[in-house]
Amino acid sequence: MRARVWGCRGSLASPGPETVRYGGNTSCVEVRLSDGTLIVLDAGTGIRPFGLSIDPERDKTIHLFLSHLHLDHLEGLGFFGALWRPDVDLHIWGPPSPLRSLEQRIARYLSPPLFPVHLSDIPSHPKFHDVPDGEFPLGSAIIRAQPISHRGPTVGYRLMEGGRSIAYLPDHEPALGVDLNEMEPEWISGHGVAEGADVLFHDAQYTPAEYDARIGWGHSSVEHVVSFGLLSGVKQLVMFHHDPLHTDPELESLLARATDLWGGNDSGPVLAHEGMEIELVPDAAVEQLQTRLQQ
Amino acid sequence: MEKTQQRNLVLILARELAANSATPMFVVDPDGTLVFFNEPAEQVLGRTFAETGALGPDEWGAMFSPLGTDGKPIPIDQLPLTKAMRDLQPGHLEMTITGMDEERRKIAVTAFPLFARANEFVGAVAIFWEANPPG
Repeated sequence: MRARVWGCRGSLASPGPETVRYGGNTSCVEVRLSDGTLIVLDAGTGIRPFGLSIDPERDKTIHLFLSHLHLDHLEGLGFFGALWRPDVDLHIWGPPSPLRSLEQRIARYLSPPLFPVHLSDIPSHPKFHDVPDGEFPLGSAIIRAQPISHRGPTVGYRLMEGGRSIAYLPDHEPALGVDLNEMEPEWISGHGVAEGADVLFHDAQYTPAEYDARIGWGHSSVEHVVSFGLLSGVKQLVMFHHDPLHTDPELESLLARATDLWGGNDSGPVLAHEGMEIELVPDAAVEQLQTRLQQ
Repeated sequence: MEKTQQRNLVLILARELAANSATPMFVVDPDGTLVFFNEPAEQVLGRTFAETGALGPDEWGAMFSPLGTDGKPIPIDQLPLTKAMRDLQPGHLEMTITGMDEERRKIAVTAFPLFARANEFVGAVAIFWEANPPG
């Protein structure tokens, strides 16, 4: 399983000389499973350059998983090249809502007057799926989706393959109204997705002072993300969803604070950046067990 | 390595609401276990959640000796929280309880079920008011 970051900025795309090291595109992560299955996490502006990288002969089936429908996770969809290819089998997964289907909610954006073409006229005719609350197989992986604490219906995803796992919670406020360090893990939003993950992509938008002025907006401070990562026992914390006002040096200052808080626990936190690649080699013991079970 | 069965987000948020509310609140899980009550509820009940921990439905239903306005004991299956869990409907009742500090208090209780997604019952919340709070 290999992941590549195409956008890790939160809230609003923010290109410019102040953001060149970590990038200004909003959320989009490509995940390629070992059997070749192509998964895309979120459709922020990073999905546009990602779309240009796709091999049209190879990738005819694409699974796009939306964490939620805030614009910074959806605004790139209309500019995703595969959306316009009639030969592509595009599956769009997202959080269910009690009122409107996923297709109806996305059509509010992908239709006039906000977009020139109506969703029903788009050549790939995407198929929409509410993500089940729980686990389901996809290609050579198992996907787990669970609702998490953010404004509006939002899910966190865990992708598991060969005994390794990636957790993706780009917008998450687990510390809303509670002290994470005083909570039992079963009462922490997102714990069921993140626990023991090899890699955790997690919201790290604010400094503590910024968070204090934005409580309830659905995001985490650097203190919160480190506490959440430690409580979840993740092996590699990747700080994600950078605030659009944070320059590269400011992000590095946040990383220094996170590293201090993390202490000597495993490998320290890192900042997500465009072009970041992470490869998870299957756990040999799990692979052997799977092979025996298949025989 | 995963070890923890996380609670449903709606139940987590209900507990967070209770923990930050000045209104006395109970939170029960889908099995009827009292999984949290807040500090204002501790004042009415006469015991802290840290002292009691989680309580099964038979435990919390009986331990407050609820009496109706007619002075007769209220069966557990007629309590608002029981109605919320059994019938998945809101319930309301006035009653007198004897707290774990042996003090008798007249209270009004409103309970309602919690749903996640369309019809997934994930627990219930009871909110209660002391009719004659000590001055």
